[in-house]
Amino acid sequence: MTALSSQFPIIVAIVPLLAAPICALFRGTTLPWAITTIISGITFYVSIQLMIAVIQGGPISYELGGWAPPWGIEYVVDLLSGFMLILISAISTGVLLFSRESITREVPDHQLGLFFAAYLLALTGMLGICITGDAFNVFVFLEIMSLSSYALIAMGANEDRRALTAAFQYLIIGTVGASFYLIGVGLIYMMTGTLNIADIAARFPEIEGARPILAAAGFIVIGLAIKLALFPFHVWLPNSYTYAPSIITAFFAGTATKVGVYLLIRFIFTVFGVNYSFGGLELTDILLPLAVLGFLSMSVVAIYQTNIKRLLAYSSVAQLGYIILGIALASESGLMATIVHIFNHAIVKSGLFLSVGCMFYVAGSVYLKDLHGIGRRMPVTTFGFVLGGLGLIGVPLTPGFISKWYLVVASIEHGGVIGYGLVALLMVSSLLAVIYIWRVVEVAYFRDIPEGAEKKEAPLSMLVPTWLFIAASFYFGIETTFNVGIAKATAAFLMGGS
Amino acid sequence: MSFGFFNYWIFIILLMIGLYTVMSRSNLVKKMIGLSLFQISVFLFYISMGKIDGGTAPIVVETGADGMAPVYSNPLPHVLILTAIVVGIATTALGLSLVVRIRETFGTIDEDEILEMEDKD
Repeated sequence: MTALSSQFPIIVAIVPLLAAPICALFRGTTLPWAITTIISGITFYVSIQLMIAVIQGGPISYELGGWAPPWGIEYVVDLLSGFMLILISAISTGVLLFSRESITREVPDHQLGLFFAAYLLALTGMLGICITGDAFNVFVFLEIMSLSSYALIAMGANEDRRALTAAFQYLIIGTVGASFYLIGVGLIYMMTGTLNIADIAARFPEIEGARPILAAAGFIVIGLAIKLALFPFHVWLPNSYTYAPSIITAFFAGTATKVGVYLLIRFIFTVFGVNYSFGGLELTDILLPLAVLGFLSMSVVAIYQTNIKRLLAYSSVAQLGYIILGIALASESGLMATIVHIFNHAIVKSGLFLSVGCMFYVAGSVYLKDLHGIGRRMPVTTFGFVLGGLGLIGVPLTPGFISKWYLVVASIEHGGVIGYGLVALLMVSSLLAVIYIWRVVEVAYFRDIPEGAEKKEAPLSMLVPTWLFIAASFYFGIETTFNVGIAKATAAFLMGGS
Repeated sequence: MSFGFFNYWIFIILLMIGLYTVMSRSNLVKKMIGLSLFQISVFLFYISMGKIDGGTAPIVVETGADGMAPVYSNPLPHVLILTAIVVGIATTALGLSLVVRIRETFGTIDEDEILEMEDKD
């Protein structure tokens, strides 16, 4: 490794952090956007380099400030965190390419510098959570991400004042979740005397019978469940996603909740270990019913929405149910399905929210009643939406099919009444997805265009990134070596390492 | 109820008072007060865990106050909580500034009244 590439783990987190205050100083529409896009592109490049290094040479450990772990803070890149780094930085970069036209419409020019500064901080938080190997450092990055996301969601107030109350609600619930996580980490520190995740994991078997550890596991799992919007802790998500600016919804839908899932996987499989999580704690009994209730009830709720962004937000909560189901099955194939679906859903949902962003740019509304005939007014955008919707349903050749396939395989492997029951429920939930996507299709293609509505497409600078996501989703639905291959290796690594 | 865990009992009581305030009040400023209390109780928890009976600040000294070998309190949880205090202040500041914006746009800080207005939007 050269001198620079040996510093890559810290570069991923610190470059966007340092760029944020610089970005806040600039005014105008172009410069803050250009800086943010370039910085995000750099993190994407560095993430790929890190992943290549991990695949070739195993996990990378980086000692912050030269202090050896467990005393110093350690940054760790392994298969799972490298995978998440690539996913987050890729989605961030794609969304930023889209953002220029869209955000200048939705946010006043003089606020753009601060807006992109907050965006960079949110990116820092997400990347930091994935790369750090220190349980308290996770809390710090979690709050960097959360605080900036409250501010970003509130920026939607220029379009709809309800963004303010949505952001406030998210702030209250998110802070409670983060404090629960903090209490859990404190209890673990009391019992182990260390904050380094690898070190905690090594000492865990000695103390896993203690009552504080039971309390710690409870606080951490509930805290993270709030952060990742697991049903029934999801109430903050639909409002936040509905009223946030278009690009923020697209960015967070692909990344923010996925980071919570990453942390849950980290704690359940690396820190607590499979034996304790599913033997001592019996997490399956808690997570499995919540996941199933989540994807069924939220799919039904999505059908009745009149706002497309809200419809997709409820669908996001439902999809998180699938992701948690894979964890709850407590098997290598279940975990693999989870990781594949994190990736696939992130791409599909970001693409869908971007195409809704295009519709909002042209039609000025995201309510179904204002979008009659949008399929003929904006054929390219709407076709992208439909293809993304197919991915959400899980039609063959789309990534949704791949992840549902592996979920079904994992369910059958689980066996018994529960396993086959799950397969049936997954089918029911997919049919519900057909209904809510069909509602949009019906409005878009089979209703008359309102009088006076012009036929106009969104600018090319918005269409191209949207189609990039849609095309990527089909690419990863057909050529699955990257997502499935890495997920398989990661699942084996996590299950074997415990 | 062991008196030895006095600090921890206070931590739990404060935590519950804070959470109850957040859930039960409809005034947004009172909600923020509850949230602050909730966060501060966690600080108390961390500070209590690092303290050792008779322990002194972790500065190297020859002997303790009573002439015995010195006992040091654990400074790490205290340092951690400095960070958490900063996070807490940031959260409170952001929350209150949102309340100010809500007051400007809705003309009220009562959650029930705001919900009524939102339904009409």
